[in-house]
Amino acid sequence: MVTLEPPIEQLPCENLIYSRPESLAEIQTHYCPGCTHGVAHRLVAEVIDELEIQERTILVAPVGCAVFAYNYFDFDSAEAAHGRAPAMATGLKRVNPNSIVFTYQGDGDLASIGIAEAIHAATRGENITVIFVNNAIYGMTGGQMAPTSLIGQVTTSSPTGKDAALTGMPMHIAEMMAPLPGVVYSVRRSLHDARHTIQAKKAIRTAFEAQIQGLGFSIVELLSSCPTNWKMTPLDAAHWVRDEMIPVYPLGDFKVAEPLQNKNRSA
Amino acid sequence: MAKGRILIDVERCKGCELCREACPPDVIALADTLNSKGYRPVMLLDPQHECTGCALCATVCPDGCITVYRESVPKPQRKRKQPAYPGHVIPVAA
Repeated sequence: MVTLEPPIEQLPCENLIYSRPESLAEIQTHYCPGCTHGVAHRLVAEVIDELEIQERTILVAPVGCAVFAYNYFDFDSAEAAHGRAPAMATGLKRVNPNSIVFTYQGDGDLASIGIAEAIHAATRGENITVIFVNNAIYGMTGGQMAPTSLIGQVTTSSPTGKDAALTGMPMHIAEMMAPLPGVVYSVRRSLHDARHTIQAKKAIRTAFEAQIQGLGFSIVELLSSCPTNWKMTPLDAAHWVRDEMIPVYPLGDFKVAEPLQNKNRSA
Repeated sequence: MAKGRILIDVERCKGCELCREACPPDVIALADTLNSKGYRPVMLLDPQHECTGCALCATVCPDGCITVYRESVPKPQRKRKQPAYPGHVIPVAA
């Protein structure tokens, strides 16, 4: 017998456990339902609130699904040409070394058209942070094949599945960045469930701390879901990340510089 | 167990149901009505007050529309250790 009690209006003495971070603007995002871009935005905003760097943070927004990211954060931001966010961030950081500059890029922006800017910024050891959202597809343009698409993945430009002989193997950005001399922090995390989201937040925090300490280039690759273009429900998309993407893109720390190694590391 | 409650910003919720998957006591449900954007928002359906305020729903919410409150339970007062005999000094942990 289930007894129905009236819903709790307010607990007798309660603490606020979680609320929307201050750095996230009070605007509804344009992302599709269940898209983990929103989670990545929120984690970045939470980390910036915790580190109390909202006043001196500059976002460099990409082209892609996150093209309107400058509307969703409550701090300074700039919009870069497609793929050129690390180059723009380099300039912003060099003329204003006290600012905290980060780019937020998808796989079409960073891994495809902007791979040269990303690699050269990393090799120069620019003191910036890159949040790289990998959802294995081009989201904004309607679900075309990306360099990070999995072998056999059906997209609108690979209707019979991605063919390795024709278009190559999936690109592993976090592993690729790790051996470059200017990189101090290169890790891969996932956003498909609560546990991995908490781990991703720790990684984002460490990446920003690397920049605050002036160590060099830090990059966090986040495995994200794209329910609309994968043609799945948000829940199935999260399971697809777990079952299909993580075996191809193993989570882990690929480079953690010495001063960062005592931080909350978990993989 | 501490009780909790969540507040959902129904106008911003897009009804993706990721919070339902994350919720351990399964007290989140889809509403019958639509919000002004045409989505079915989630709501707290907690007739037996099973919500613990763990905030896992808020951790996975892509739109940041969940606020979590938890009942604060006063911690029991720890009794101060009495000296075993007069003049005995209690060792302090380094």
